[in-house]
Amino acid sequence: MATSARPVAPAASLTSAGGPTSRIQVTVNGRSVVAEVEPRTLLVHFLREVLGLTGTHIGCDTSHCGACTVHLDGKPVKSCTVLAVQVSGREVRTVEGLEVDGKLSPVQEAFVEAHGLQCGFCTPGMMMTATALLARNPNPTDAETRDAIRGNLCRCTGYVNIVKAIQLAGKKMQSASSAPGGKP
Amino acid sequence: MIPPQFEYYAPSSVDEAVALLRRFDGEAKVLAGGHSLIPLMKLRLAEPKALVDINRIPNLAYLREEDGYLRIGATTRTGDLLDSALLRKSYPILTDAAQEIADPLVRNLGTVGGNVCHGDPGNDLPACILALGAVLAVTGPTGPREIPAAEFYRDTFVTALEPTEILTEVRIPKARSHQGNAYQKIEKRVGDFAIAGAAANLVVDGAGRIETAGLALTGVGPTVVPATAAAAALVGEVLSETHLANAARLAEAATDPSGDLRGPVAYKRAMAGVLVRRALERALARAKGGS
Repeated sequence: MATSARPVAPAASLTSAGGPTSRIQVTVNGRSVVAEVEPRTLLVHFLREVLGLTGTHIGCDTSHCGACTVHLDGKPVKSCTVLAVQVSGREVRTVEGLEVDGKLSPVQEAFVEAHGLQCGFCTPGMMMTATALLARNPNPTDAETRDAIRGNLCRCTGYVNIVKAIQLAGKKMQSASSAPGGKP
Repeated sequence: MIPPQFEYYAPSSVDEAVALLRRFDGEAKVLAGGHSLIPLMKLRLAEPKALVDINRIPNLAYLREEDGYLRIGATTRTGDLLDSALLRKSYPILTDAAQEIADPLVRNLGTVGGNVCHGDPGNDLPACILALGAVLAVTGPTGPREIPAAEFYRDTFVTALEPTEILTEVRIPKARSHQGNAYQKIEKRVGDFAIAGAAANLVVDGAGRIETAGLALTGVGPTVVPATAAAAALVGEVLSETHLANAARLAEAATDPSGDLRGPVAYKRAMAGVLVRRALERALARAKGGS
């Protein structure tokens, strides 16, 4: 539960009269970013158009489909329904932030190996939700996996291979963390 | 879709937030989870001059039993309801309802306060807090006041909350022994608003006789529908098939659904009755110590 007060970027604070833009500071995939944005700028547009992180997709634009899912302070959210000014001072992780030093994450590897996609449009959001699920529950059942992706729509696969990919990723993460010298 | 322009404020206290609402005199909206408001703004169904983001106000997100109440802070995320062991054990109706609100991603941002205040007849928490006899703590220019949930809902998107007031806390009477409650809902597809929903809260004595009963319905009227006659008819009774049928009939009579893509009037009304029966049966089983 987010109870702690976070620093507010000066231009977005009560002392400002609003004005055409607000200055925000956001940590995106581990990198601190400072930018001037209009208050009405949606997080998904900020990521795609200001930062060029086009891995986050715009699908329905009505908070139904989950193609735009990113992590906000570690929790998956729909970035089409968050204002960029709301995330000032906070941490955002996008699909571009999953791989480390050019190596795909276990979730990305598993989606490749288990063929957890067809057209691929829902895949970035699906992988962000999967990553958050596995951080909480590394060994989810079919029912738990399906419940976790209730907010991510796929119109191609029928979900079967997506569920398989997520569970395979969980196994990869567990064997990696139990291997000697392995990284979690 | 991009919302129309607005001024954005992120106050750090409830008093600052109220001062801003007062300054804009009804032209500002409170931004909590934003998962109803931002879509409405994208569609130009809402065009506030300013948004007052209450997410940076400290100590507004919590969930605890204190001084005779379960107290839920306004910016508590609906997903946090689902994670609470206290709710699962003592207020399972809220766990039931949280599981039915949209999807896990929406629940990571959508708030209890927003779900309660928005005034959409399809929101799931209003029926629950009505059945539980909750009180809403709000703060406005003249200070704090309490509004019983039963007096809060006036019409679609119209509540007793003034445009210069903010909901700060939902107060639910602390769970008693032999209390049980449940929320039942049917929807066209996972995560959708209800075709119909029913919230039931019962307290029984050692012999299983109903001491108090609360019933309310989702999605079958211009706002949440209290089924007070149905609840009153249960008090003093040991729940039987006759009482269930009677409660369902009285609850159906209290509904005023509109026919739409989620179903015609007669279907929604009939489903309200079915769900009242299911919610009562589940609530009674829980009051007797079951799940």
